Amino acid sequence: MPDPPSPTPRRTALTGVHEDLGASLTDFAGWLMPLRYGSETAEHNAVRAAAGLFDLSHMGELAVTGPDAAAALDYALVGQLSALQPGRARYTMICAEDGGILDDLIVYRLAAQEFLVVANAANTSAVFLALRERAAGLDAAVADQTSDYALIAIQGPLSARILASLTDADLDQVRYYSGHPAAVASRPTLLARTGYTGEDGFEIFARPQDAERIWAALAKAGAPDGLVPAGLAARDTLRLEAGMPLYGNELGPDVTPFDAGLGRVVKLDKPGDFVGRAALEEHARAAPRRVLVGLTGQSRRVPRHGYDVLWDAAARGRVTSGAPSPTLGVPIAMAYLDADVATQAGSTAAGAASSKGRLAVDVRGKPEPAALTPLPFYRRPA
Amino acid sequence: MTVPDELSYTPEHEWVAVSGSAATIGITDYAQNALGDVVFVSLPAPGTKVTAGEPYGEIESTKSVSDIYSPVDGEVTDVNAEIDDDPGLVNSDPYGAGWLFKVALADDELPGLLSAAEYTALTKDSEQA
Repeated sequence: MPDPPSPTPRRTALTGVHEDLGASLTDFAGWLMPLRYGSETAEHNAVRAAAGLFDLSHMGELAVTGPDAAAALDYALVGQLSALQPGRARYTMICAEDGGILDDLIVYRLAAQEFLVVANAANTSAVFLALRERAAGLDAAVADQTSDYALIAIQGPLSARILASLTDADLDQVRYYSGHPAAVASRPTLLARTGYTGEDGFEIFARPQDAERIWAALAKAGAPDGLVPAGLAARDTLRLEAGMPLYGNELGPDVTPFDAGLGRVVKLDKPGDFVGRAALEEHARAAPRRVLVGLTGQSRRVPRHGYDVLWDAAARGRVTSGAPSPTLGVPIAMAYLDADVATQAGSTAAGAASSKGRLAVDVRGKPEPAALTPLPFYRRPA
Repeated sequence: MTVPDELSYTPEHEWVAVSGSAATIGITDYAQNALGDVVFVSLPAPGTKVTAGEPYGEIESTKSVSDIYSPVDGEVTDVNAEIDDDPGLVNSDPYGAGWLFKVALADDELPGLLSAAEYTALTKDSEQA
């Protein structure tokens, strides 16, 4: 059974709406968030087939502004944010000196000297403190603006059609990973084409006092197309099918971007020093000791976070996320696997007969056969 | 949340319906709601001797997996085969079509089971904890 919510999690501007909808609420990183409204599988399927509406107001928004804002972020993060054009967004990470991941982030460049850093709820304070420390001595201010924003996501193949009726923005001009000021339901927002579901979709940064109006307008406009409110449970299975990492599962302080197969976000060729550069240069040169892989279960028992991955009955890896996949109808998981095992299992995957029975997950004391599966498990139709 | 008066309950969120020397066992509405969508249930084979409080199966939902405990001593006589094809029955009808297994009771005495009122109080407590 899930633990009951602690007494005083923070409420978002939309918590009352979720309560009125009869949502199951859960304490997530100190916020009272909707886990699901009814069936999480139905919510998942609605996002794949039509659209879903998410409250993501628990995410942290950190503003970095000033003449040295770009330089501060180039030093603080592994990406080259100075190269980002205003109106564009980038997926990046903040690392410790040893190259371990402190958080994964989406950074929007709102103007030449104005950036919005979106952090995971559980890490917002730590990222804020790290950014402030790393910006010290530069002409850049770091402010935690989490309380100034509600964040609503509409995700799914019909998102653009639903949103188009409610915004002055020309959505054909809003490219993937961009963010622009736009009116939604006649309220000012930052409208971004980003998401965490593997589908087309938008994330709408709004003033908290406008959140209920925007939510209601989207829910009403989308209902005829099959849009439903969707909770964190559906969000987790959607991102897992899409092969997207989750901080605390695939990413953490003991994991480098290279371990996670995300070395491309580390811009070692950018000018100047940045926090973690020396360690990350070494990791970039060295062959990874372990690699992040996808697994598909061959039985109905589900590999879950923390379970051992077995190769010839020896523990050679660890599951980071696992769930029954609503889209594929089988259990799926991501796992860190010793690099030599991943190579062997991968090379024998083509001739499945020879690897059959060698790769398994220890599901509560009983090995369940698993197959190495390329990530992502799901890719949206072109 | 539904807690039928005529059933007995365990703190592990199972229900027991006793008829003569036979008991039918399932999980409660509270439990199915807390678990979310049930995707797979493994059950003890007929003929399995069961002891109250011991795990004999597991129930997989989207978010988690939980043990299924036997609330009684006895021998499994029947399992709900429909559940294998349609695990969602546990969600949609936990006290009816979503029943899990039946046990021939070893004893007339069933110590440790809760009444509907006691079980309701227990779930209220855990919500406030």
